[in-house]
Amino acid sequence: MSAALANLARRPWIWSFAGALLVWLGAIQFTGGYGAGGMLTAALSLAVFTVIVGVGQMFVITLGPGNVDLSLPANIGLASAVAMKVMGGDDSLVALGLLAAVGSGLCVGIVNYLLIWALRIPPIIATLSASFVIQSVDISYGRGLQIKPPPGFADFANILISGVPLLAILTLLFAVIASVVLHRTVYGRSVLAIGQNIRAARLAGVKVEPTRFATYTLCGALGGLNGALLAGYFRGANVDIGNEYLLLSIAVVVIGGTSVAGGNANVPGVWGGALFLVLLQTMLNTFGVSAGVRLLATGLIIVAVITAAGGPKAGR
Amino acid sequence: MTSAASTVPAPTTTAPRGPDLRRIARALLPSLSLALVLATIAYLNPRVISYFGFTLMLNYAVPIALATVAQMFVMATNDIDLSIGTFVGFVCCVTATYLNDDPLTGAVLLAGCIGVYAALGALIYLRNLPSIVVTLGMSFVWQGLAILLLPKPGGKAPVWLQAIMSYKPPFLPLPILAAILIAGVGYFGLMRTSYGAILRGTGGNSIAIARAGWSLLKAKAVLFALTGAFGVLSGMALVGITRSADANIGNGYTLLSIAGVILGGGEFVGGIVSPIGAVIGALTLTLASTQLLGFMKIPPDWQVGANGAILVIVLAARVLITQRGRDR
Repeated sequence: MSAALANLARRPWIWSFAGALLVWLGAIQFTGGYGAGGMLTAALSLAVFTVIVGVGQMFVITLGPGNVDLSLPANIGLASAVAMKVMGGDDSLVALGLLAAVGSGLCVGIVNYLLIWALRIPPIIATLSASFVIQSVDISYGRGLQIKPPPGFADFANILISGVPLLAILTLLFAVIASVVLHRTVYGRSVLAIGQNIRAARLAGVKVEPTRFATYTLCGALGGLNGALLAGYFRGANVDIGNEYLLLSIAVVVIGGTSVAGGNANVPGVWGGALFLVLLQTMLNTFGVSAGVRLLATGLIIVAVITAAGGPKAGR
Repeated sequence: MTSAASTVPAPTTTAPRGPDLRRIARALLPSLSLALVLATIAYLNPRVISYFGFTLMLNYAVPIALATVAQMFVMATNDIDLSIGTFVGFVCCVTATYLNDDPLTGAVLLAGCIGVYAALGALIYLRNLPSIVVTLGMSFVWQGLAILLLPKPGGKAPVWLQAIMSYKPPFLPLPILAAILIAGVGYFGLMRTSYGAILRGTGGNSIAIARAGWSLLKAKAVLFALTGAFGVLSGMALVGITRSADANIGNGYTLLSIAGVILGGGEFVGGIVSPIGAVIGALTLTLASTQLLGFMKIPPDWQVGANGAILVIVLAARVLITQRGRDR
């Protein structure tokens, strides 16, 4: 038993779950146990969206230093508009709309990769520049559209099964698949290998460029899917719907114990990090603090968590 | 963020003349892009090429150039500061409130900010933390503090600061004079002093620097403190122009400053930075993102997009000319 516990404590993602539990306890302590379940339901509903993009961002970050997708917010915004336009408020077109959103995200991912690969622009700047262009496309495309989701889709995004959101169950399933892909497929192992040492990976015969292409495209597609789901959940699309996911997607990956230097990733941590950050906001909200204090506390806690967890042990 | 294998430039096997040419092209590229943007503006509207035209067009270039140089210092040691934008915003709020009402407290607060930056650098070194996450967290901290200080836009810039920022020197417009000054200070400090070489060396090969007996802890703290100091100057310059502050005033500076450093020939790893290039990059971005688009009569919907496109074009040119290598 204690060996199992010790083994668990060595998992890098366990701390994010411990943190999430701690802030949840802090919040219900304050309310005297009132709304404990409701808080979890709300946290699960919101964490879902962070997990979906967080997993995409995790694969990208794992590719190694400098790899990051800053175009997610713009991507999410555009995909939400595309999905709502294709669905056109008609329940029978939901599948087509979802497909269109994923397609829009795929295109964003492909453009990102082309900028990085063909023009050799560092990913941070490439995805940032792409996000500006996408934002413009979204602004000019999203104008005067019917931007409400079909009622059936909006209800679907809000279904609760005995207190647990259906989307959370599906996302859990998705996380399991992502974990298998990361650790048990040639693609996932290639991503890890490239992150550890791109040169060694190339010399060992890993298909570096196809893997990078697949990763940026995957992240784009997940951003697109997220956009459609967000528009369904919040019953409407808008340009700013994805804004907070830029920092969130990076923060959950790192809080979850994935190495920012690449080559070492885990999927459970993305869930842990997402729950932690969402519950943290919930806790600060129940304390009734002002927006300024909430931001200040969030920032200090992120810095404290990363300091406590420590960086990768210095090699050699 | 250090990966020794990729940071050390691979020895080139070509004849020595090749890399030299490439080096010159690389050094000239930031100026060339600036010249290109200026030429386009001059073509579209010749009247702005005048003392007052430049003063107006480059007004905001001063705080942007300062923020870019601030970002350059952390990038010299392979780190990145994602909080510089909100930090500039916070400094603006302090300047428009405390520094105006109670100069002593204000000055102490701003000096304290620089101390916080130095401490962050030390923390990042001691715990071997990824700066991208630490500064991400700090961006929330600065934003939160700024909102607490100024929940609504307001405050008032000190009169002397307004006077400095609206000063009209003879012959050269103030923004250009300031840009030359900033670039000069950065160039002589970081590129021409021996300790500057040590500081850059922490980005190039930190192990070598440590084995040569230099304190990496001190170097990191110094570089972060410099970032803090230039961030403070940037915020003060910005509020001297806008005359009142807003907690979100600096948010765009994070990405502008990173893009400016890269545009100016800097790299994310390897301690490869250029203060002069960074300032030129900041000027180019200021002109390209605000003035050029206005003169080209780009519809408002597409302004942000055109910004991105310009960034891509300039960076693509940079990379096509200077980098023929494999890997990254």
